[in-house]
Amino acid sequence: MRRILVTGAGQVPGSALAVRLGTEPDVERVIGVDTFTPGDELPGVSFVRADVRTSLVGSLIEAERIDTVVHLDALSGPSGGGGGRELAVIGTLQLLAAAQRANSLQAIVVQSSTAVYGAGPNDPALATEETPLPGATSGRARDATETEKYVAKLAEQRPEVRVCVLRFAPLAGPQVRTPFARYLRRPIMPTVLGFDPRIQLLHEDDAVAALLVAVLGGAVGTFNVAGDGVLYLSQAARRLGRLSLPVPPPALPWLIGRLDLPNGQLRYGRVVDTARMTKELGFRPAHTTASALETLREAGDG
Amino acid sequence: MADQAWAGPARWLPPDLDARLAAGLAFLRRRVAGEYDIDDFGFDPELTENVLLPLIRPVAEKYFRLEVLGTEHLPAAGAGLVVANHAGTIPIDALIAQLAIYDRIGRHLRLLAADLVFRLPVTAHLARKAGHTLACPEDTARLLDAGELVGVWPEGFKGVGKPFNQRYQLQRFGRGGFVTAAARAGASIIPCAIVGAEETYPIVGDITPLARLLGLPYVPVTPTFPLLGPLGLVPLPSKWLIEFGPPIESSDLPEAAEDDPLSVLDMTSQVRETIQHMLYRLLERRGPAFGF
Repeated sequence: MRRILVTGAGQVPGSALAVRLGTEPDVERVIGVDTFTPGDELPGVSFVRADVRTSLVGSLIEAERIDTVVHLDALSGPSGGGGGRELAVIGTLQLLAAAQRANSLQAIVVQSSTAVYGAGPNDPALATEETPLPGATSGRARDATETEKYVAKLAEQRPEVRVCVLRFAPLAGPQVRTPFARYLRRPIMPTVLGFDPRIQLLHEDDAVAALLVAVLGGAVGTFNVAGDGVLYLSQAARRLGRLSLPVPPPALPWLIGRLDLPNGQLRYGRVVDTARMTKELGFRPAHTTASALETLREAGDG
Repeated sequence: MADQAWAGPARWLPPDLDARLAAGLAFLRRRVAGEYDIDDFGFDPELTENVLLPLIRPVAEKYFRLEVLGTEHLPAAGAGLVVANHAGTIPIDALIAQLAIYDRIGRHLRLLAADLVFRLPVTAHLARKAGHTLACPEDTARLLDAGELVGVWPEGFKGVGKPFNQRYQLQRFGRGGFVTAAARAGASIIPCAIVGAEETYPIVGDITPLARLLGLPYVPVTPTFPLLGPLGLVPLPSKWLIEFGPPIESSDLPEAAEDDPLSVLDMTSQVRETIQHMLYRLLERRGPAFGF
């Protein structure tokens, strides 16, 4: 019987994942952790309102004899400015340190982002898991890169622990409020003059499904997770019926700061190869990039 | 009486005007609604076939009086690697080759372009929409594995930016990355010689300090640029010829290419020699650059 801890359980996709895990027959206990209480009750989930930056989560892992940690908090959380992001990374560091010490730990599944690949004119059209990471120096791309580094260290220290990292494409869907999803909901979408990046999306339900496969299956390693197909940003704006407002490139640092998007995403875009996801993880998303965008459009503004 | 008055101008309109208008409006509606498909590289066939290629077609056919030879050597289906000489200051030779192949065998040549193309505004996405991608081993392998016809200009900026007195002299062909790529994918190499691009913007000088300042490989001085300002950007009306040579089958390519750099280099210079000879033959056939 498995005892699972899910961080970031107060919001999509963590909340849905925690509930789904609670219904699995061979899962004994699911503990959801987040810094705020979710609006709806999570059936079958023991929710603990806690900050991963405190030692509380560490003692929880020990006391509850957790065997699987699912860490989603680092990236899906709403941004609290630069300082808030910095603290989120420290939270990840603390959680992983606590997990590393726990004798009961057998598996850890961590959400990362395709932002780790960066985006530039020198990059191949599609990044595979083997593509070297540029080592981003700012924003969410850096956070994700650092998170992955900590996870790699844990994997080194505890070779018997199954480590699975899922690099998610930007999430889209009716509920999710990650920075890129918020960007796609803006009535006027600022774009970079002279650039039209390709975008690739992952539907929020597919994010939950992929995490479920990673937790319950035996996959080890790092996997890109994204819906099939790509769209141009201009094309997405038209499908959403939004106006795009091109701003000159010198205003770009200000713009991506305001929108909290990874550097390069609005200029060059980032598309990943998902062959390993289908072959080794054994996961096929139900939504394509286009249909994920469509569900976001149908959900309307707000 | 009124009927006759209306029939007059109608005679000058194409008979399928309604159908054409409807198709045009449907096209516009799809574009405005974003309802078209692109591939993972960003290739937008609808835009390429209906907007981009029609823009360069009159330039190629009427202005440059393009003649194309040896299209029977291009594969009708499956992977192939077209290797050509590069010239002309602005790499329009690659675009003209793409048009020539599309118009004659209906296949899209997927061009491999320098990173500069993807760094500059406008060209960054237009190149992707036209089916081009970055010249790197990953993208080349991915396109060839997908059975695409891929175009590579191994001379790169060395070829496009060379001075006029070196015209039709092939520059270095890199380290033979294209041979390795073709061998790995089991694709044949189709040598291609392009005559005419060299005379479009004859380079007589290079403003190196300005090029450094702008981060460009060169800033050309031609007889008309920058002397005539924007007017100097109009290419000279040279006569163009494109010839495709017999393919070098993948079975002839070195096996396990990565282990055998020498045979890769041999094959690279063999392809280079082939194209150089084709160029000399074509130049003889063409005669004066600005004749008809």
